[in-house]
Amino acid sequence: MNYLSQVLFVLTLGIFSYLISQRVKKIANSIKLGRNQWPEGEKAERFREMLLIAFGQKKMFKKWIPGILHFFVYAGFLIINLEVLEFIVDGFAGTHRIFAPLLGGLYPILMNFFEFLAVAVLLACVTFLIRRNILRVERFHLRDMTKWPKLDANLILVIESILMLAILSMNAADQLLQPLNEHYTETGNLFFSSFLMPVFSGMSENSLIILERGAWWFHIIGILGFALYVTYSKHLHIFLAFPNTYYSRFTAKGKIQNMPIVTREVYGMLGVPAPETTGELVDPGRFGAKEVTDLTRKNIMEAFSCTECGRCTSQCPANITGKQLSPRGIMMSVRDRAETLASLPADQREDGKSLLGDYISKEELNACTSCNACVEACPVNINPLEIILEMRRYLAMEESSAPASWNMMFQNIETNFAPWKFPATDRYKWAENVKSE
Amino acid sequence: MSSQLRTMAEATAKGETVDVLFWVGCAGSFDERYKRVTVSFVNILNKLSINYAVLGEEETCTGDPARRAGNEFLFQMQAISNIQVLNGYGVTKIVTACPHCFNTLKNEYPELGGNYEVIHHSTFLQQLINDGKVKLKDGGEFKGKKITYHDSCYLGRANNVYEAPREVLKALDADLVEMKRCKTTGLCCGAGGAQMFKEAENGKKEINLERIEEAIETGAQIVASGCPFCLTMLADGVKNKEKEGEIEVKDIAELIEKGI
Repeated sequence: MNYLSQVLFVLTLGIFSYLISQRVKKIANSIKLGRNQWPEGEKAERFREMLLIAFGQKKMFKKWIPGILHFFVYAGFLIINLEVLEFIVDGFAGTHRIFAPLLGGLYPILMNFFEFLAVAVLLACVTFLIRRNILRVERFHLRDMTKWPKLDANLILVIESILMLAILSMNAADQLLQPLNEHYTETGNLFFSSFLMPVFSGMSENSLIILERGAWWFHIIGILGFALYVTYSKHLHIFLAFPNTYYSRFTAKGKIQNMPIVTREVYGMLGVPAPETTGELVDPGRFGAKEVTDLTRKNIMEAFSCTECGRCTSQCPANITGKQLSPRGIMMSVRDRAETLASLPADQREDGKSLLGDYISKEELNACTSCNACVEACPVNINPLEIILEMRRYLAMEESSAPASWNMMFQNIETNFAPWKFPATDRYKWAENVKSE
Repeated sequence: MSSQLRTMAEATAKGETVDVLFWVGCAGSFDERYKRVTVSFVNILNKLSINYAVLGEEETCTGDPARRAGNEFLFQMQAISNIQVLNGYGVTKIVTACPHCFNTLKNEYPELGGNYEVIHHSTFLQQLINDGKVKLKDGGEFKGKKITYHDSCYLGRANNVYEAPREVLKALDADLVEMKRCKTTGLCCGAGGAQMFKEAENGKKEINLERIEEAIETGAQIVASGCPFCLTMLADGVKNKEKEGEIEVKDIAELIEKGI
């Protein structure tokens, strides 16, 4: 019987590992669709940013209620997973609570701490469900939150709640079994789960074993299943927030990426010798971005790091005033498009569609004021603005389909050196007002 | 008072050195309303005997709106031509009253060969006040007046300049009140990213109205700004709300000029 459960455990772990690794490959392939360009920055600076923003969740605390609740879920996730280590060792070895005799008096302290976290995670998840569905926080119900993203968010919260209940039930049953069956190692009093003991106290020893084992298996399969589910869901941010913040941009937010290939041409047009450029000039194939393949790998990774919280969209002046643009929608479109393209065979990544037009409209792009509110708001340093501006570059330089008034503005700059239609010779006329005073 | 206003060309012809170039910007040169801000700032510079010059007719658009509208070629044509002029005069320090020019000159010109110390006029004024060079009248006309400051995106979030303009306003002895959305969460006026040069996309509301409503809520008599586009958008908002008698939109340079 014991061997059977060990074999089953190894099999379960094997199957899930395989499935998860397949998904990880798929996501890596989606990200690799992009150009292999990463923002510059010192390693130490990057590491510090990752510690502050991803590990320390600095930007989450701008809204302190969700900030604290999220911190509990996050800390619970990290720390309770230490217990899974014991699950895995027990699963392989056929033992029960193998760390209990090794850790001695520390074990009940740790277990009680894990239980405290489990309760905190449970309360946080329930509060989040209430905020989403009953209080209806606006950013969870905007136009870009269609059926699946809404369901996805609720599923995650429900699964996490059930997993936490499983841990507590398992511990309650375990404590009832300890005086009855010597296989169940003494753990000392576990505070939170002891409240559940009366619920199960009328059960026979056998039923309790079934309950305890059931909860154990449910928890381990639940965690593996959750890990697999995460790869299909917006919840990937739990892993990708780290590389994503590591590769943050450190330049001023107002700075737009330079296009060295254009610099070379402009020098040519002006008949001026170009200063020596550092690094190789890579021909981008086209100017700006029409497809996810025109974006950088960093841009696509950002799309997979997005947890669709909508802080960006709720700060976007265009979205607030009813325009089509939603920075969150931009990130979701990039992700959807990358996943679709990556699932096509590598030699025929063409389905008659493109990111621009089929996923993101001109109207959305044209509504952006480049105010950086979305960039500032993102808790994991995603930059939707960079993608918007790359797509505007495609519209203006490849399609010449910028709005008519922008084309007028371009013309004015070319002929009068000002965006308005004033003769260049009038530029210094304001000085007359100084002299007359 | 003799005006010290001169162009770089005039200064160079006389063999005079210039400490700081005042980059006026297109709005400061052509827009009727913002020309008044340019003149106010020049009056301050003159009064304080700052050794400065302007480019006059040699100045051209930095290329900011072209780049933000996607026309990288046009941006770089403008940038590289301007850099040739600026480097030709050996300019090292630039002050400007336009956050868009400020951002472009400061962050985007270095890659193209233009390296200058660039400061916005709010920072410039703050430094002068801190150094004791600007002496503001005691109990001036702004004493106790409610002023709210609107953060320009290209000064605030884009370049983390939040305090300098506020320090300048505090020096006026004014009662500085904040809008709900301010500093890092400040709401855009609606004109950034080349929106100034086109109609807004379809929506429920104009962004500048959303913003001016917030300013009106503070009960401020003056909305202070440090950006020509914000100034236009907010002043239009005031007009639209028919509050012209109750609330004024002013650049910080205009306020300081009056306070001296």
